[in-house]
Amino acid sequence: MNYSQSWLTRPFTERSTQIFLGVLFLAVMVVSVLHLVMPEGSALYVSSYTVTLLGKYLCYALLAVAVDLVWGYLGILSLGHGAFFALGGYAMGMYLMRQIGDRGVYGDPTLPDFMVFLNWDSLPWYWHGFDMAWFAFIMVLLAPGLLALVFGFLAFRSRVTGVYLSIITQALTFALMLAFFRNEMGFGGNNGLTDFKDILGFDLRTDAARLGLFIATGIALAVGYVICRAIVTSKLGRVSVACRDAEARTRFLGYRVERVQLFVFVVSAMLAGVAGALYVPQVGIINPSEFSPLFSIEIVVWVALGGRATLYGAVIGAIIVNYAKTVFTGILPDAWLFALGALFVLVTVFLPKGIAGLLPGLKKKTDDESEAPTSGKEATA
Amino acid sequence: MSIMSELTHRDRVFDFLTPTASPVDVRHGPILYLEDVTVSFDGFKAINNLNLTIDDGELRCIIGPNGAGKTTMMDIITGKTRPDVGSVWFGSRHNLLTMNEPDIASLGIGRKFQKPTVFEALTVFENLELAMATDKRVLPTLTARLTGEARARIDEVLTTIGLTDLRHREAGILSHGQKQWLEIGMLLMQKPRLLLVDEPVAGMTEQEMERTAELLTSLAGKQSVVVVEHDMGFVRSIARTVTVLHQGSVLAEGSMDDVSNDPKVIEVYLGEGA
Repeated sequence: MNYSQSWLTRPFTERSTQIFLGVLFLAVMVVSVLHLVMPEGSALYVSSYTVTLLGKYLCYALLAVAVDLVWGYLGILSLGHGAFFALGGYAMGMYLMRQIGDRGVYGDPTLPDFMVFLNWDSLPWYWHGFDMAWFAFIMVLLAPGLLALVFGFLAFRSRVTGVYLSIITQALTFALMLAFFRNEMGFGGNNGLTDFKDILGFDLRTDAARLGLFIATGIALAVGYVICRAIVTSKLGRVSVACRDAEARTRFLGYRVERVQLFVFVVSAMLAGVAGALYVPQVGIINPSEFSPLFSIEIVVWVALGGRATLYGAVIGAIIVNYAKTVFTGILPDAWLFALGALFVLVTVFLPKGIAGLLPGLKKKTDDESEAPTSGKEATA
Repeated sequence: MSIMSELTHRDRVFDFLTPTASPVDVRHGPILYLEDVTVSFDGFKAINNLNLTIDDGELRCIIGPNGAGKTTMMDIITGKTRPDVGSVWFGSRHNLLTMNEPDIASLGIGRKFQKPTVFEALTVFENLELAMATDKRVLPTLTARLTGEARARIDEVLTTIGLTDLRHREAGILSHGQKQWLEIGMLLMQKPRLLLVDEPVAGMTEQEMERTAELLTSLAGKQSVVVVEHDMGFVRSIARTVTVLHQGSVLAEGSMDDVSNDPKVIEVYLGEGA
């Protein structure tokens, strides 16, 4: 670990981050090139269905990174991160709804279809501004960030930790799900928001827009990963680990544990919001089922399977589990939950460090390498 | 008009604007001053009308049978427990009863727990780095870079506690005694004015005990040190002044020889029949 470097450039000197960014860049490049260059009948051709599916996996990967940041490094097991993901998704969905304009079924120039259907005569106040992309994109960060700020402020100030906090986060997402199911909330009730037409002027149904969203998701994952890496390799990251392992001791050292928790929790919620915002245009719908407690628990399973407190483990876990889900629900839809359960049990019994634990060479090497120059510098200093 | 002229005075500010982290004032003698402190838990008086004064630079040992209130006393000083009545002052300027744990810690009171608690997932070096006295707010911590000066300070403390060779090993692999020293090292990194050390030699070997005694005596003078300990041999080897606590209040105070010949103390320690 290089202690004297600036926190923003520190991740790029790490071997594991370099490998991660390299692999991600290569994967996105290969998929894009195969999609664009190969003829449609070729075995190597990547269909735009697959591109969108991979884009969805990358959104989940970013969400898993956000959860690993708070769970792996801060010890906060959030069973409600789906709420932040869904809020980011709804902010994006509201923008996409406003972009439909008068092309909806009822042809109303401002009101989305479901409002016309409910006989509303004007937009609710909180829908204003979402016709502007910049406003919507700020809300993608702000809505989950604010919820995390208020929730975290109350929870951490009262020193709620451990399993109690997990239960409260679970209750939070459940409460939001029930609220968003209601038509009076003005978010489309149980149908959610759908029938999107275009984003930033590009038609969402074209291959170009789909590829663009896939690449944007790849970039978002890279940026999110680097931000998280910058936090966990900074002194604040070490303070987070200290809070995780010995909270009282950290407090006696003079750190305000609740503020550290709040900061990291809000950053994590915002990343989850971005993941949700990129997810919605790719799957074409956002509805309250994203708030379901089950989904939030699934995210935690991805991270546990991939390996906690590595960040890249979360990415691996999210992609593998979701790929398995796609395959399984295609062949044996009813068996998926059993397969997930079995996978979870097998990994916790045989691979306590998750799938990332199978890559010891990667982690070991980074530690040794970074230690050698540091001690060398100390000797000369 | 007099109020107006007072308000426009630029050479003084209102009391509530005075920064709370102002230096500790020990011109009037004691660095720590507890007066008539009482705490009860469900009617049981853990601390009963306790009076205690620690001078600047002093090394004080506090002994007493189990349940005498030693740990509760530390909890009160560090802000973990609030007394029912009484006053606790740090120097003559800081009322500790109005402050919370991080404020008290940054004021210069370091505490070592009975059970060694170091951050096991971090290296010895990183443990000391986190403990260093510096700006501990969130954003400065995020952007913090280790300066040469800080590195020198960590090296110095590593030498003091004798863990230089293990600096890049995880603290989890240290032996019990090494963890205790690391924790004392972490306290030193905070540049405390007052060190509270709870049973530092519990579970240590004879050699480790000697090393700890050396360490603590070398610290006194620069810092005030309060040691709570059960081991009489150890107390005898380091103590200049000993305070005996019994049932939440001071039973006797003086040199080790005076105290161990005090009939009240003998009675408490050996029972009525002795």
